[in-house]
Parts: sequence; C-alpha cells; structure tokens
Amino acid sequence: MNKRLLLLAAPLWILIAGITAAPPAWPEFLVQITRGQDTAIPIAIVPFAVPPGASTFDVAGLVGHDLDGSGRFKSMDRKDMIGQPHTGAEIAFDDWRRLNSDYILVGRLARPAPNAYDIVYELYNVLTRQRLLGYQIHTDSAGLRLASHQIADMVYQSITGIRGAFATHIAYVSVLGHVPHRTYQLVVADADGANPHVVMQSSQPLMSPAWSPHGRRIAYVSFEDHLPSIYVQYLKTGARRRVSATAGVNQAPAWSPDGKRLAVTLSDRAGNLDIYILDLATGALTRVTHDPGIDTEAQWSNDGRSLYFTSDRDGGPQIFQKSLGAGGRPRRLTFDGSYNARPRLSPDESQLALVTREHGDYRIATLDLKHGAGMRVLTKGRFDVSPSFAPNGAEIIYATRSAGRGVLALVSTDGRVQQTLMSTVGEVQEPAWGPFQGND
Amino acid sequence: MKRSMTKVILLAGAMMLAACHGKTAVKEQPAAGATVPANETSGPANGSGTTMSPLPGAAAGSVSALAEAANNAPIDTRTIYFDFDKSDIKPQYDDVIAAHAKTLTANPTLKIKLEGNTDERGTREYNIGLGERRAQAVRRALMLQGVADSQITTVSYGSERPAVEGDTEAAWSKNRRVDMVYQP
Repeated sequence: MNKRLLLLAAPLWILIAGITAAPPAWPEFLVQITRGQDTAIPIAIVPFAVPPGASTFDVAGLVGHDLDGSGRFKSMDRKDMIGQPHTGAEIAFDDWRRLNSDYILVGRLARPAPNAYDIVYELYNVLTRQRLLGYQIHTDSAGLRLASHQIADMVYQSITGIRGAFATHIAYVSVLGHVPHRTYQLVVADADGANPHVVMQSSQPLMSPAWSPHGRRIAYVSFEDHLPSIYVQYLKTGARRRVSATAGVNQAPAWSPDGKRLAVTLSDRAGNLDIYILDLATGALTRVTHDPGIDTEAQWSNDGRSLYFTSDRDGGPQIFQKSLGAGGRPRRLTFDGSYNARPRLSPDESQLALVTREHGDYRIATLDLKHGAGMRVLTKGRFDVSPSFAPNGAEIIYATRSAGRGVLALVSTDGRVQQTLMSTVGEVQEPAWGPFQGND
Repeated sequence: MKRSMTKVILLAGAMMLAACHGKTAVKEQPAAGATVPANETSGPANGSGTTMSPLPGAAAGSVSALAEAANNAPIDTRTIYFDFDKSDIKPQYDDVIAAHAKTLTANPTLKIKLEGNTDERGTREYNIGLGERRAQAVRRALMLQGVADSQITTVSYGSERPAVEGDTEAAWSKNRRVDMVYQP
C-alpha cells in the first residue's frame, strides 16, 4: 500500500565534444501533432506543490507534455481543474469524476538541502479511487527534467502496460550552413529533443549513428579524412577509436546484441559492397554476404544469429535475412514494390521498420514478421527515411522534410499518431533512438 | 603552373575527339533536358563539333567566346551527371572521359579522385552504394582508355554532399554526379 522507491536521478552523462570545440548552435524542437488519436485516455496532471524559493521547473507540465505527445493520453487543461490537490487525501474524487478524468496525478516537491529535491507523486484511478503509483524521487535541480520523464514513464507503464521511453535519448545528425560550407554535427539529446549535446563535429559528412546495446557508446561513419571511416565513441568521456578504415567503403555500422562486434559494409577494389562482421577486440573480419549487388544496412536479430539487410541482388533494393554461421542463402523478405530498404527490427522482433517507395515517394512502413500480414505503410511524406524504433516499440522516429528542411518526426507503431519535431536551426537527419538505460 | 601545362597537353586530344564525335553526338541530347543541367547540354561535346582552344595564359577576365569555349572544353568538365538510379555514363561524356584519360596517361604520376554522389532521395547507406557504383563506372571508363589503376582513387559520399540544395528535380539532377578531383 505504502510502496515507495527511491530512484537516484543523477545526470546520466557528461558529454564531451569530439575533435573540435563546438560552437553550440543547439537545435530546439517544437512539437507539432499532425494526426491525433481519438481514443486518448483523459488524465488530470495537477501542478506539483513547490516550496518557497525552489526551482520553478514545472514537473507536472513536462509529464503532461510527454504523455500528450505519445498520443495515448489527453491531459486536462489546467484552467478546467477544480482544485489543486497535492496528496491523495486532498483529492475530491467525485468532482474529478464529473470532469471525465479517468486518472489523476498529484505530487509535491520538497527541498531538504539547497540543491536537493525530493519529488513525491501519486497516481490514482478516479473511478475506483485506487492508488496505482506512489513514489519518491531524490534528485537535484539539474535532474528535475530527467525525473519528470521518469514519472511520465511510470504513469505510462502503469496505465498502458507498456514500459515508457520518455527518459531515454536519441542521437541524430545535424547539418548547419549551406553547401559548400556545411558543418556536420553528431548530437545526443533527450528523447523529446531537449538537452542536445554535440558529441562530434566536422566539416565533412557524419552519418549512421548507432547506439551500443547499453547506450554507453555510439558507432558512426565520419568522412573527416575525406574518406569514410567507422568510429566508436564513448559518450561519457568523448574518447573514441577508429575501428574500420579499409580502402574503399566503410559504412553502416550495426552493433551485435553482446556489444562485442559490429556488422559493417565494406567494398572491394571493384566497388562491390558486402557485409562483414568486425570483432572489436581483435579487429578480425568475417565476410557475411557474397554478391555482386549492393549489400548494406545490416541489423542484427536479438539472438545475434542472423542479420537483416538491404540488397539489390534481384534488381532494386529489397530486404533479406541471412543466418550467420550455417551458410545458406539469404532469404528475401519483401516483395511489394521496387524499393524496400534499411530494415530496423522492433524490440520484440515482431516487425521490421523500413523505407519503401510508393509512386516515387519514400515512406516508412512496417513488415510483419510473425503472422505474414505483409507490409503496412505508416507515413505519407515524400522523403521519409531512417526509421528507428523506440526501445519500448511503441513509436518510430524517422527523418523527413518540411518546408525544404530536414526535420525529425514520430509515428506510433500502429500508425495512428504522428508528430513532427521541428528543429529551429539547420537540417536534422538520421535519428537513432537509444536503449533503455540505468535500472534494466 | 602544373595545371596549365596539363591543360595544353590535353586540348589537342580533346579537339580531335570532339571532331570525331561530331557526327553522332547530336542524337544523344537528353529528351526533356530535365535530367541534365543546362550548362552540360550546351558544351562543344554536344554541339556543333567546333571546339575552340584557349591560348595558354589567356586573359582570365575576358568574356570573349574564346574564354567561354575554354570553360566548356572536355578537360575542364570535372563533373559527370547521371540519370536517376543509373550509373552508366551517357555518351555525351565520351569526350570528357577521353580528355581526362589522355591527361592521366600522359602524366603517369598524376592522380585523380573520383567522388560518387547521389541525389538526396532514398536511404543514405544504400545511396553510398549507388554513389560508389557511379565512381566505379568512371574508374572503369578511364582504365579502358589506359589509365593505371594506381592513379585512381574512388570515394562515395552518397547523398551526404549535394552540390545544390533543394527538393526539386533541378537540384537533384545536379547532385547525381561524379566529381573528378585531381590530387595535389
């Protein structure tokens, strides 16, 4: 009944810029919901009580922003609230029930020391008056944002049964300036786009960021030497290592589930791209594909025993799967349309997200892997690419274009909710959603 | 200094080739002109078969027909454009390839880097593959005309380094290209 858990919400990373000291031109995101869900769950998120002189950070506001952004919730407008309870005992349930609120979240901040905060929050079912959550988070003023995302995660999971992914991170490539004087930045930010940190900057292209399984490292392709190389960089220290710089193409890094190997795309002297597995400890290469077509964009299965990848061995690009070790021919998975590329596996392995071409437009689709239900196109843009699943599988982040600029967008995996994340500066591309971190 | 010398050696060959090619070049004009930038369709390689060669050290600021022709001489064409999703070199670039092959074979220590590019549509990593295919097509064409493998390096930038920004076919047609860069 009085279940309480102390979560330590220290800032997860100290990010250090890569080669050059970065002039920070942080993109800031504005969320624009383009298609909503009519079945959103009504919830009242009452502003949390704040002690005098404390941070004015609006914890409840950010929790509501997260939940609304998921499309699964509709938080009550504050001006419609009939009171501001901060504890369960203060909630007049009959009144909140008349406002058609299914759930109510209340909370309060205490400041036991000058830069320390205890956030106590409780979630109630308005109809049954049952307390669904009751937690205390201890943090400091810099941790209030992360703590808010963690509260949103708990509320989301408590009501939907799906683990929340608001307290996770995304990586993306940001392009500033215009040809021929562009600056490429590899950026890591909170999942909502806040707190962007430039982890690498170059006058030459950066591409294909890939998170290690525990989110401590990022692999990416850099053209800083005017040739492509693959680097692995620790986010905490900024230390990095060039792991692949063979003659020709060094592209499309994908982490093995154990974090010890990368699937990479390399080329021979004749420019034939094939997929290899690079052992990060020994540098040993194992060739996976043997085909004169383009084989690239590998993605591992969760058991590490097979790769999904793009190949144009049959003409246009299509998705294939190949078992590792046992030899055997790759199995073609996509047959609808002339262009299906860049597979990304959902966390539960039930589907692949991919890029498909429809009448000359590039869109995000999912391919059912469990029931043979085929492909489902989720987006309606012209230039939708680079899909990446949220670690809970509920949403897919991808890159698109809006008013002539590269922007990021989200679509729920069921296709019902879409949002655009409008960056205020530059071009934003190649989002990669990081894994769950910390207590897993 | 070295560059202007190279140019002189080259132009003799280029003139010859342009003359030979004159008979067949006309019918290779792109249909709508949409897939090839305008300046690529108006050069001597496609035109009347007349190529004017600049005198060494000709006045740089001159807007005379002579200088204009110089800018369009095959050796001064450093970019080969491709059709959507294609990596075959269009016949209109035969003179350009020949001119560069001539320079490279005549100067065995000279090195060239072939930078393959695509337009911005499609997936970025697959585009790296398409850009590499285009660079390799130019590499093979040069080698067929006697250029040593050791003189050529290739790199694919895929869609990462567009020449022109914009979400229109006019921009994309200028981005589907191989840039030929002589190495210092």
